[in-house]
Amino acid sequence: MAFISIAGMFASYLDRKITARIHWRVGPSLKQPYYDIKKLLIKETILPANGPIWLFVSAPLISFLSVALISDIMITSWFNTGSGFIGDTVVIFYLFAIPAVASILGAFASQSPYASLGASREIKLLIAYEVPLFLAMLVPIIKAQSVLFGKIISAQVYNGSFAASASGLLALIVAIFCIQAKMGFTPFDLAEAETELAGGTQAEYSGPLLAVWKLSKMALTVAAPLFLVMLFWGAGGWLIILLKYIVLLIVAVLIKNTNPRVKINQAMKFFLGPVSIAAVVAVLLAWKGY
Amino acid sequence: MSFTVDALTKSLNVFHAACSPCNNCDIEILDALTPRYDLERFGIQLVGSIRHADVLLVTGAVNKKVVHRIKALYEQAPKPIIVIANGSCACSEILFRDSYNTCGPLDKIIPVDLYIPGCPPRPEAIIAGVVKLLNAVRAKDKK
Repeated sequence: MAFISIAGMFASYLDRKITARIHWRVGPSLKQPYYDIKKLLIKETILPANGPIWLFVSAPLISFLSVALISDIMITSWFNTGSGFIGDTVVIFYLFAIPAVASILGAFASQSPYASLGASREIKLLIAYEVPLFLAMLVPIIKAQSVLFGKIISAQVYNGSFAASASGLLALIVAIFCIQAKMGFTPFDLAEAETELAGGTQAEYSGPLLAVWKLSKMALTVAAPLFLVMLFWGAGGWLIILLKYIVLLIVAVLIKNTNPRVKINQAMKFFLGPVSIAAVVAVLLAWKGY
Repeated sequence: MSFTVDALTKSLNVFHAACSPCNNCDIEILDALTPRYDLERFGIQLVGSIRHADVLLVTGAVNKKVVHRIKALYEQAPKPIIVIANGSCACSEILFRDSYNTCGPLDKIIPVDLYIPGCPPRPEAIIAGVVKLLNAVRAKDKK
């Protein structure tokens, strides 16, 4: 958990620094995400007057714990490819949905109109991007002939990355769009839209609870690209994996900075239309052995 | 330096409340965040919700329509909160002082920590004001 927090802060620093450089600015210092979290710890926590407080308090904790669990499963099965359990790839996929579900529950518990509007967008977005993401995830499973996460990694270590094949590359591109929505990065950040929804699903959170939300968001920017690297692009030692992760993060930040926010109907059309079709094509290609 | 002051002064999230301004102050505030001045270097960011904010930045002469809202915003803010009156309107209401619908300068409505006069204040003046405030908070903490 400490590891994922520190890695998350570093990923958040990279995100903000690259964004600043694109804007031709100097950007924040390396310790800025740490200062932000530290500052939120001294602030007052405001609880909703007539909402379920236990849900309001537990939602960020559930979100952060699930992301910490994902990274734990991923990293242990990377270091020891036999350590997983049957179907742990599917478990990781479900755990990835939990931060979104937790933010929906927390938003409804906060009883704010902005938060519930954000939550309704988050639900629609979740329905839209989970379909192509799961289809894209089927490609490495078909190629490795296993649902064990460790097997998927070891197959790539011995036979080269799946992204080198046509189906693997297509699935990786599909999955990059999906994690863009999962991490709440700009073309698909409509659930947290600062300018129109005042923070969206987290509009009512303050103080330490908001700090946990931010940490869970930062941890997700570590876990989601790392998951893609291990699933599709897993060949190489830990340094090469780290470099590949940074490359994927930079791609995500570039997409974030060069696109305006889409509307929810555009996002759903995009994910359930072209992206899903591309994912189906990738699965069929993998089936035929390409 | 105490933990509280150290944490607060290094990461200020600003919520901008426009209380019937003429928009000049608002433009100058956005200027302070642009590449030329880049306040994000010091951890200063604009946020969309008062619940996420450490600074309540008020522009404009508060009139009868917004006086309840600015009071509500101050009450909704998680403490500790710094209130900045930006521009001559928020500081002293200048030529709107005798108007039928203004409700007095901002410090008669909510406690104000920093006054930045100017019509509108230049981005340099805004940055200088924030630096003076942070130094004052730190000096007070040392005593």
